[in-house]
Amino acid sequence: MDIKKIRTRALFLNLPLSFGIFILAGLLVVGWLGPYFLSDERIELAKYDFGLAVSNEHWLGTDTFGRDIFTFTIHALIPTLTIGIIAGGTATGLGVVLGLVSGYIRGPLDSFIRTLSDVAMTIPSLAVLIVIASYLHNTTITMMALVVALFAWPWATRVIRAQTLTLREKPFVAVSRLNGDGELNIAFRQVLPNLLPYIMSAFAGTVNAGILAAVGLQILGLGPVDVPSLGLMLDESFRAGSMVRGMWWWWLPPTLILATLFIGVFLATVGLDQIANPRLKTKG
Amino acid sequence: MGLTVGYVVRRFCLFALVVWVGASLNFFVPRLAPGDPAAAMISRMEAAGGRVEDPAALIAEYREIFGLDEPLWVQYAVSMRNLFKFEFGLSISQFPANVRSLIINALPWTTGLLLTTLLISFTIGSIIGALMVWPGGHNIFKLVSPISMVFAAIPYYLMALLLLWVLAFNYSVFPSFGAGQVGKSLEGLDRFVEIIYYSMLPGLSIVISSIGLWAVTMRGIMVTTLGEDFLLLAKAKGISASRIFFWYGMRNAMLPQTTGLAIAVGQILAGSVIVEILFSYPGIGHLLYKAIGMNDYPLIQGITFLMILSAAGAVLIMDLIYPRLDPRITYTSN
Repeated sequence: MDIKKIRTRALFLNLPLSFGIFILAGLLVVGWLGPYFLSDERIELAKYDFGLAVSNEHWLGTDTFGRDIFTFTIHALIPTLTIGIIAGGTATGLGVVLGLVSGYIRGPLDSFIRTLSDVAMTIPSLAVLIVIASYLHNTTITMMALVVALFAWPWATRVIRAQTLTLREKPFVAVSRLNGDGELNIAFRQVLPNLLPYIMSAFAGTVNAGILAAVGLQILGLGPVDVPSLGLMLDESFRAGSMVRGMWWWWLPPTLILATLFIGVFLATVGLDQIANPRLKTKG
Repeated sequence: MGLTVGYVVRRFCLFALVVWVGASLNFFVPRLAPGDPAAAMISRMEAAGGRVEDPAALIAEYREIFGLDEPLWVQYAVSMRNLFKFEFGLSISQFPANVRSLIINALPWTTGLLLTTLLISFTIGSIIGALMVWPGGHNIFKLVSPISMVFAAIPYYLMALLLLWVLAFNYSVFPSFGAGQVGKSLEGLDRFVEIIYYSMLPGLSIVISSIGLWAVTMRGIMVTTLGEDFLLLAKAKGISASRIFFWYGMRNAMLPQTTGLAIAVGQILAGSVIVEILFSYPGIGHLLYKAIGMNDYPLIQGITFLMILSAAGAVLIMDLIYPRLDPRITYTSN
């Protein structure tokens, strides 16, 4: 077997990663295909009677706006995932660029970036996010994801920077220099590919943090209200007093799905961490 | 070794920088939003059904009270100076209540609840975490390991939701909201017990969901520590395995773990928000939520500033104490 086959096999045999990806892929597929089977009209306002319980017609009942909850949940999957991906992607992208530049070039630029990320990490993100979000009325999915990414990037930067510091001392970098390659060239074409496992692991971590922060903001009522999302369901159900009224079918499904989502991302993170750092594979 | 003057100065500078950046964000973000807060307030009052006499004069009055008619840099300077004095101004939604007194009233609830739960979950979590790696440990701990890691991934507010539903609504074991019975005022010991009773549910949900986190981090640190050479030396010297584990292994692992604790203390105020909302617990988080709902900007900004201050302060204190706890660490220039 050639090295590529062995590598791919190793990827799939990694239990946490496979489980995690399985869960996430499952949610993705359901969220993507679902809306084709359950049309938009089922989540129009006042389409059905308010607050119906679980029944054959409405698998998860209806909410106080008259929308079919099962359909709403399915429609809410993709937006929720989108927030995470945009937030995670932005944060990781920023983290890679800043971390790579900072770790490779060093000097005053490095100090500046590090101080910046220290400051951003120390400020409690939720607090500032609340301030920002409460002033942005009518947020969209993208806006909220970007706002959330504002505080997720320092962690990714740190991880990438630490790895870059190690990698730049490796012989292949010296060889490149002797070959006459420019510094930036070396940084992005030689060092970057070796950072891939860490980048992926950072991506998983930032996606997790992104969804966490986004749902937290939505529960406070600061998220986008025009698009269905799981956090929005929680927010609306609380405001309508679903707990007190015993309408478990409204708040329980998004809770369970969110829990599953977090577990999936977490497993993927663990798996990616293990691939990046095989020493972590020791126990459990 | 340990603390150097340069290090201390740098840490203080970082602290000042963080607080300043946070306060400036706090100042500028509201002003970036379009619209005039005074006029918005008037229109809200009108929308709520009142008829406002001579709105122009009223708006001018508001602007003067809240200093909105000065040039921007003057407002900024005034705002910074006020923050220094912990002057947050008057609350809009609970006018004419002073923001500072509102915060002071809510603060003990939050700090009491969260400090207690933090300490409990930290202690239990760390012990469980260490036990998970203990070679001489019962097999059940090895089993707990992956399960608790998975549970650590679930954010605490989801856990709180489930607990709320099961224990408060379904089975009425605990009260579902508030910090005391409405309409009845208890004294002394009775009041104390009542406070504990009402805090059980929010406290329990925080503890259950955070234990996993502490256990997982402790486990990770222990795994690293157990590979250290000095443990091997101790074993060669004939020291018993359990002694090595607790006195050499765990003691050293506690150091990085305590760093996490310090950071968590700093995040107390910020993390309390959702739990307090869910349980209508009258702390800082709940106050913030109401402030958001009412667009009470002075209150929002006062609370946010406090959160930033406490988070940065905790990191500063930890950075200053840690070198004394662990003399091996020398913070030379970056």
